[in-house]
Amino acid sequence: MARTVTTLTRFNMTSLALGLAFLYLPIVILVIYSFNASRLVTVWGGWSLRWYHEFFNDRAMLEAAWMSLSVGAVSATLATLLGTLAAVGLARGERFRGRALFSGMLYSPLVMPEVISGLSLLLLFVALNAERGFWTVTIAHTTLTMCFVTVVVQSRLSALDRSLEEAAMDLGCDPVRAFLLVTLPLIVPAIVAGWMLAFTLSLDDVVIASFTTGPGSATLPIRIYSEVRLGVKPEINAICTLVIALIALIIVVASFASKLSNARGESAAPL
Amino acid sequence: MPLLRIEGVAKSFGNFRAVDQLSLDIRAGEFFALLGPSGCGKTTLLRMLAGFETPDEGRILLGGSDIAQVLPHERPVNMMFQNYALFPHLSVRDNIAFGLKRAGMARKDIATRVAEMVALVKLEGLEKRKPDQLSGGQRQRVALARSLARRPQVLLLDEPLAALDKKLRESTQGELMELQRRLGTTFIIVTHDQEEAMTMAGRIGVMDAGRLVQVATPRNLYEAPASRWIAEFVGDINLFNGQVAARDHGRLTVSTKEAGTLAVSELWPPVTKEVVSVAIRPEKVKLSRRAPASDEAGSRAINRLEGVVADVNYLGGVTSYRVKLETGAVVRASMANTARLDVDAYLAGQRVVAWFTADDCLVLEQ
Repeated sequence: MARTVTTLTRFNMTSLALGLAFLYLPIVILVIYSFNASRLVTVWGGWSLRWYHEFFNDRAMLEAAWMSLSVGAVSATLATLLGTLAAVGLARGERFRGRALFSGMLYSPLVMPEVISGLSLLLLFVALNAERGFWTVTIAHTTLTMCFVTVVVQSRLSALDRSLEEAAMDLGCDPVRAFLLVTLPLIVPAIVAGWMLAFTLSLDDVVIASFTTGPGSATLPIRIYSEVRLGVKPEINAICTLVIALIALIIVVASFASKLSNARGESAAPL
Repeated sequence: MPLLRIEGVAKSFGNFRAVDQLSLDIRAGEFFALLGPSGCGKTTLLRMLAGFETPDEGRILLGGSDIAQVLPHERPVNMMFQNYALFPHLSVRDNIAFGLKRAGMARKDIATRVAEMVALVKLEGLEKRKPDQLSGGQRQRVALARSLARRPQVLLLDEPLAALDKKLRESTQGELMELQRRLGTTFIIVTHDQEEAMTMAGRIGVMDAGRLVQVATPRNLYEAPASRWIAEFVGDINLFNGQVAARDHGRLTVSTKEAGTLAVSELWPPVTKEVVSVAIRPEKVKLSRRAPASDEAGSRAINRLEGVVADVNYLGGVTSYRVKLETGAVVRASMANTARLDVDAYLAGQRVVAWFTADDCLVLEQ
């Protein structure tokens, strides 16, 4: 197919610009104001890195950031492990009774309001008499993000030609080795993308974290939220800008990974 | 003792009986084709031989031992997949070496064997390419080399040429036959393409609805099909339904509604029923302007059908004609175009006599 480059009409250009402005104007303003020298959030006082400096000296804020990053990394890793196993079970397992129900249930956190998930997890932790802190938030985030990993990995798996595994078995692999030597290398990009998605979601979350966290272990979003209630400090803008940069980076990497994954998938198909 | 003996094998998927009480012997070094329409169970049978499906009943004996329950990776059998199933993340060399590494072969021996296989399928210089950097024909060769690398006792080929274009398919058919002769490996090929089966295989097993309906050489399959279904499935054929009017020393007289009374030489075993079909392949029907003289004394009793040429299809090598008889029935005849300027070509609307000998006819039970 020939690739044709068409110029946008004036109408399309305008609507595109308006749409993008609607999405990104607030973020752009936030980023610009994070470099504001003034103490007042709404008054422009010239360019400065003052609030970044402030943030890197704010122990409580740094601790919250560290908490968020470690909860994100641990929960994303757990979610990737469990989510990948669930995806393999659903895509490759025998057609067991209740399979549709199981896969439907697996996806329920996708549609469940976070308040309900958060509250039910809180009740569970209280019932178990678990001390709320790092691990409760991590487990809560794992349950939230696991299904996203499953969706990503399962779609990759079902696009993968089943006969590749059969060929591996035909050539002397038992089913486990066939999975490790053939299937796994081909779904790695999807697993990486799933991990990054889980990490981003965990970094993002306020609602579930605020239900399941305990004293002294606030995540960054909770910390920011409580600071903002007392009035917006320009430091918050700096932190948010850093978070936006991190998430943007992750999204770019994840989309490259999934593109790579698709490119490999195409080559698996016959001509 | 045959190399491979399939004994009363059956496999159902839910209520669908994919393979039904099938028995078959395959000799060592044979090129055997399983031919049948889609859904006839030929692929299921092949997958049971590879170990991807387990038979519900019956035994599969390879060299005397039952392998029906043996897992795929423990069978001395390899399969070439229809879509090749090349590992996209591995190079040509690693694809071919994959099975050898699993067999625990020494590194040096693997390198030698891979080089040998690469030379065998003429892929020299492409060892480092990934499958997506190869053409369809090259991928087919990699798949073949990979499945032959472990030197299986039996190689199973699932529609191995279906993804290639016609010209490439024909040359690859020749190469596969040559390779099979050279290696002496038993090849079992599954195909729905009868020309492919007839070109390559020494014997063909025709399957229909999970059963093996005939096992024969290509010639016998075409010239002496065991049933009306096979006669229609393999090649083109004219059929006239009728009743046996007289039997006389292996000569039947069949009266048909569509083509009058036809003289037919009886095949062995003789038909027992009275209601039969007379079948004649189009290339055995001759056309002429006037009826040829009959030779009633000899075996060359001639059936003559008068009609009008309804249409003419020129196909290069042959021309096929449809002749409409007075009864409304249509007889197809095909004639080789042996001369460039064919003076004998008939035109649509022309009155002709379609004739064929009694020996060229088949009589089949309906």
